[in-house]
Amino acid sequence: MNWVSIGTLSDIPRRGARCVATPEGKIAVFRTADDQVFAIDDHCPHKGGPLSQGIVHGTAVTCPLHNWVISLETGKALGADEGAVRTIAVRIDGERLFIALEALASRAA
Amino acid sequence: MTEKLVIIGNGMAPGRMLEHLLEKAPGRYQVTIFNAEPRVNYDRIMLSPVLSGEKAYEEIIIHGDGWYIKHGITLYKGHKIVAIDRQAKTVTSDHGVTEPYDKLVIATGSVPFIIPVPGHDLPGVLTYRDLDDVRAMMLAAQSRAKAVVIGGGLLGLEAAAGLNAQGMDVTVLHVMPTLMERQLDPAAGYLLQRAVEQRGIKVITKANTQAITGNGKVERVELADGTVIPATLVVMAVGIRPNAALAKEAGIAVNRGIVVDAGMRSNDPDIYAIGECAEVNGQVYGLVAPLYEMARVAASHLAGNEAAAFVHMDTPTKLKVTGIELFSLGDFAEGDDRQEIVLRDAAAGVYKRLVLKDDRIIGTVLYGETADGAWFNDLKKKQTDISEMRDTLIFGQSYQGGAPLDPMAAVAALPDDAEICGCNGVCKGKITGAITARGLTSLDDVRAHTKASASCGSCTGLVEKLMVLTIGDKYNPAAVQPMCSCTALGHDEVRRLIKAKGLKTIPAVMQELEWKTSCGCAKCRPALNYYLVCDWPDEYADDYQSRFINERVHANIQKDGTYSVVPRMWGGVTNAAELRAIADVVDKFEIPMVKVTGGQRIDMLGIRKEDLPAVWADLGQAGFVSGHAYAKGLRTVKTCVGSDWCRFGTQDSTGLGIRIEKFMWGSWTPAKVKMAVSGCPRNCAEATCKDVGVICVDSGYEIHFAGAAGLDIKGTEVLGLVKTEDEALEHIVALTQMYREQGRYLERIYKWAKRVGIAEIKRQIMDDGEKRKAYFDRFVFSQKFAQVDPWSERASGKDKHEFRPMASVGFAQAAE
Ligand code: SRM
Ligand SMILES: Cc1cc2nc3c(=O)[nH]c(=O)nc-3n(C[C@H](O)[C@H](O)[C@H](O)COP(=O)(O)OP(=O)(O)OC[C@H]3O[C@@H](n4cnc5c(N)ncnc54)[C@H](O)[C@@H]3O)c2cc1C
Ligand code: SF4
Ligand code: FES
Repeated sequence: MNWVSIGTLSDIPRRGARCVATPEGKIAVFRTADDQVFAIDDHCPHKGGPLSQGIVHGTAVTCPLHNWVISLETGKALGADEGAVRTIAVRIDGERLFIALEALASRAA
Repeated sequence: MTEKLVIIGNGMAPGRMLEHLLEKAPGRYQVTIFNAEPRVNYDRIMLSPVLSGEKAYEEIIIHGDGWYIKHGITLYKGHKIVAIDRQAKTVTSDHGVTEPYDKLVIATGSVPFIIPVPGHDLPGVLTYRDLDDVRAMMLAAQSRAKAVVIGGGLLGLEAAAGLNAQGMDVTVLHVMPTLMERQLDPAAGYLLQRAVEQRGIKVITKANTQAITGNGKVERVELADGTVIPATLVVMAVGIRPNAALAKEAGIAVNRGIVVDAGMRSNDPDIYAIGECAEVNGQVYGLVAPLYEMARVAASHLAGNEAAAFVHMDTPTKLKVTGIELFSLGDFAEGDDRQEIVLRDAAAGVYKRLVLKDDRIIGTVLYGETADGAWFNDLKKKQTDISEMRDTLIFGQSYQGGAPLDPMAAVAALPDDAEICGCNGVCKGKITGAITARGLTSLDDVRAHTKASASCGSCTGLVEKLMVLTIGDKYNPAAVQPMCSCTALGHDEVRRLIKAKGLKTIPAVMQELEWKTSCGCAKCRPALNYYLVCDWPDEYADDYQSRFINERVHANIQKDGTYSVVPRMWGGVTNAAELRAIADVVDKFEIPMVKVTGGQRIDMLGIRKEDLPAVWADLGQAGFVSGHAYAKGLRTVKTCVGSDWCRFGTQDSTGLGIRIEKFMWGSWTPAKVKMAVSGCPRNCAEATCKDVGVICVDSGYEIHFAGAAGLDIKGTEVLGLVKTEDEALEHIVALTQMYREQGRYLERIYKWAKRVGIAEIKRQIMDDGEKRKAYFDRFVFSQKFAQVDPWSERASGKDKHEFRPMASVGFAQAAE
């Protein structure tokens, strides 16, 4: 697996998110209140809302456009809504964060 | 013929007696009540939550006017009985009403004791007994000055906590070395003192009050050791005395209280006494549980059952100060024939002590954790031999018999005759029985049918658990709509508790109010953030992660993830320089759309997030600040051209609109606030469908509010007419502040006004000048922290991370 460095934990506010730009669109990287880190496509399964702009609570994010709640762990919409976004593996090595880029390349291919 | 029953006093004891009587012997008596207090029967023990602002008077009424009408009872409010004529069998009130009786019940309660020090009769010295006292204290608290409470017992501490919650600087003077020494041992008294002091209340023990002094009103309290404490309000809560003077004058036997037998009958066979004024078997009582028992006994006798008899009972004491858990029962003095078991957990602030005699519990003091109070009470009442479980007894019921039980299981394990509600003496079996037999599904129903949790409310949690155990999912907790699924509390309770408990961060709210999730959800976090911003403007640090994206980045998100930017255009007025600057920004950042909005502003749509700080920097150079088009806050003040130009204009509507907007911009509100000022009743600024609107007329300014023109359409209500611009501003600002303090998050003004009542808002804003001024001042104070332009902050680098990607990766790989 090709782990690509994207920065450090402190780059992301707690209960917040940052984006990573890639050739196929943005990836949203989230940090929870208890410092877990998750990465998913920044593209809501409903109408493509930028999930990185939502409110983070527990291990979920609420989409800023129409309030779907997406699980950061599985990428699936929670509650009554149906849909999912791709999740991307994250590795935390001390302060540094890496995401699994091969997944990206394979999709690009 | 129906007999005439006359009751003197309409407090908690006779209220209960009548309920029993109406059930046991409906129609037997024609009932007349005289009450010195000018009101119906209310829950006196809930005065403390009223004082602290956690409850309204309306919420503590036991029998409303309708109840008396329905049962054909005549209630003379504000009539004090001044004479009982036992020969003629009549009573006479201070207003000259004379009423004959066949049976008379005296229920005059107690009178608060007043220490006869010099100055005890100065204006500003109050007692703590009835609603008038509470209202007087709340009025005094508005000046936010200093209060001294004399007496560190139950009442004194509840008064102190309430006054503190109302913003007063409070000192408690207590003559003994530790607080509540009649109910607590010194260790628990110490913990209590620390908890009280942590709220910012000062406590002086061994304080011997010598005099209250001041020029025509209270100004200070002087102690025997020379200490002088400045005070504008003194509350005496040093004890009560049975109110038996009237009975004594009528020649009825009186000792400490009115002497009655176990059937509550005095030495005159047609006269009964119940409540705090009665003395039975040499004892007088000051907690409602035994008084309710007296009420039951007296009702039985009046209904013809002469067998009912009062037996002495011990009642647990609890302090009704939110956040302080305390329980005390029975006898806890030390003695050779007694053993004790003590548990302390300093970190958790827990102290528990059981006093045992012959392997039976005779006294209990619990501080910090009181869940097992009911169980210990039960063991004591039944005189259970505890030798078998002695080693684990202090850990409570859940530790008995193996694995620790969860709280639900602990309640399930209670025997049917375990007492749940101490105030009303209701046991578990009675509650579960009523739930099943009558199909009860709400807490209010259970209160109505069993009385459990209907008095001081401290057993509400237990009753709710019983409901869940009995009917499971059918239990519908509280009629109030919870804020969200993270809590059972509604918006209003949360707002009240934030103030009452002095909660100043989101984690503190979630901890203290027992949020069910670790960090809330997208519904409650923005609401909590607003409540904290509003309530503690100078202390609370805004939590941006709890704001919707629009308020976090100070622009409106669009469907494609770009943003729109609306600069403030005061009152809708602009000029060539501003328009030129906008045009330049549109060119430079290739902004795809420029649009004139409904609120007289210019909207630039389709801006990339990364460009926002640079757009704002350019706009800022031309003098623009954020238009808050994204905010739950003041949006726009629309104006018409007014007397400056228009041939019909009566006042300078444009000028007033700009003035209001410059005064109020930056303030956060429960939902967005839109305003407008029209120069005459032709109303070209459409002021009559706004949250707040002004229609200028020849004689001044007609202020409107509670209009809507979005999801709902609704014309405004008229708040009132004022003469000058200054007054118009003051009224509008005060109205907005009232809404800021009371509105539920996302509730527009028209919905809030419907909930609290147009008349009430008019009363507070138009009629009560002092209230209006206080609202105004609080708004002005909070503006000191709110009027910072968020755009210029961000143009100079604040929250940089928001506007830039964290990294750009994968481009090389993709290119390969
Ligand atoms: C720009 C504007 C339309 C226009 O092009 O003219 C507009 C645009 C939006 N309105 Fe509006 N409203 C605009 C005037 C109005 C008006 C008329 C007015 O203010 O004179 C109303 C009816 C009056 C009222 O507020 O009650 C109006 C009632 C709403 C509502 C319904 C509110 C309600 O409680 O009934 C929403 C939805 C909401 O706030 O939750 C809304 C929400 C929105 C949002 C913020 C939708 C959103 O959440 O993204 C739109 C943002 C677009 C943007 O990015 O700028 N907009 N909207 C107007 C901006 C006013 C201004 O100058 O600041
Ligand atoms: C602030 C506060 C908190 C309390 N907290 C608790 C608690 O947590 N738990 C608890 O168990 N108890 C508590 N108590 C005590 C409880 O409220 C009283 O024990 C109970 O109200 C006494 O009931 P009563 O009917 O005897 O008298 P009251 O409720 O005092 O009623 C007496 C009524 O008689 C009227 N009256 C007096 N003289 C006359 C007359 N001559 N003619 C006509 N009317 C007259 C008075 O105006 C009054 O309305 C508290 C009391 C106060 C003040
Ligand atoms: S009416 Fe308002 S909310 Fe609806 S599409 Fe138009 S701007 Fe958006
Ligand atoms: S785009 Fe995310 S909820 Fe609609």
